[in-house]
Amino acid sequence: MRKALLLVIFLFVSAFLLLGVADMRSFGEPQIADMDDYYVAHAQGEVAVNNVVTAVVFDYRGFDTLGEATVLFAAVVGILALFRKPRKEER
Amino acid sequence: MNIGNLPFVVAALLVLFGLYTFLFKRNLIKLVIGITLIETGVNLFLVTLGYRTNGISPIYTFAPEAQKMVLPTPQALTLTSIVIGLATTALLLSFAVFIHRHYGTLDVRKVKELKG
Amino acid sequence: MKNEGMTVIVRTVTRFVYGMIILFGFYVIMHGHLTPGGGFQGGAVVASAFALLLVAFGSSGLKGHVNLHWLQSIEEVGALSFLALAFLGIGTAFFYNLLANSGGFLFGASVPAGPNAGVFAAGGLVPLMNWAVGLKVMTGISAVVIIMLIGSSKEETE
Repeated sequence: MRKALLLVIFLFVSAFLLLGVADMRSFGEPQIADMDDYYVAHAQGEVAVNNVVTAVVFDYRGFDTLGEATVLFAAVVGILALFRKPRKEER
Repeated sequence: MNIGNLPFVVAALLVLFGLYTFLFKRNLIKLVIGITLIETGVNLFLVTLGYRTNGISPIYTFAPEAQKMVLPTPQALTLTSIVIGLATTALLLSFAVFIHRHYGTLDVRKVKELKG
Repeated sequence: MKNEGMTVIVRTVTRFVYGMIILFGFYVIMHGHLTPGGGFQGGAVVASAFALLLVAFGSSGLKGHVNLHWLQSIEEVGALSFLALAFLGIGTAFFYNLLANSGGFLFGASVPAGPNAGVFAAGGLVPLMNWAVGLKVMTGISAVVIIMLIGSSKEETE
């Protein structure tokens, strides 16, 4: 009973995804790219780096990098706190 | 349906494989593999959104003259997504180690009861 | 469960090779503003060198050499310095690139437009942020790998 219900849900989601993907725009022709054209044209003037992806990650969109650094830090602290051995008091 | 849309279909197929593994398997490690497959499919979809036909990579060092470049913003978003997937997988595997130590088994149906 | 490492051939080759992998990782971090790469990619390369050491020698072979408190302290220094670099230009905006095109001593040169051969001393705050994130990722992933190996092997006897 439970497996039949899961199978129906899986078929529904797969039909949704595949029909949606087949109807998309053609691969290789982005239609609205004004923001990226600005980034490619002005990265050497304003940020003074040659690598446009690094300029986007650390200067134009630096706030997302701050959030990602926080997530990585929280995960590392969580794992280090999980595997801590309790100290026995010797009195 | 365009035959040139095949990269998008492949990314959707990866998400569907991950969803099948996540729904129908019982071992905890196989569930973690299913979650990793879903994240891989989403990252591949993000990168293939920003491709221009006959474009070069968006770096100006030793670049050939006067060619258009692919979009740099989806590559930056995929970088963030990969690192967050790494953090999630590390925490999930630590929980799997703890569950195996406490219950003695990794079967998802047997770890539902609370055990003192 | 014994953690003794692998055969003699693997250990000898690892002793030759792990220094080169660490050096290559530092190269990828340092030249992040000129060639493909940056902080996250270079940090992952250095962490994989540490994982190679751990697999080849076992956790019993590395016991006296790795101090876990050093790894945690360097990771905290990396995270805090990334935040401090973001607060440097707070007079205009948060994350404002203060040192770019300033002509000063620390990464202040300008870059000619179009394809060129790459100017190293340019970029403002971007190379410093690359170093902060690279330190954070490499020590964080090394600490996670060694904690998960030690914490899941000896506990069967307790």
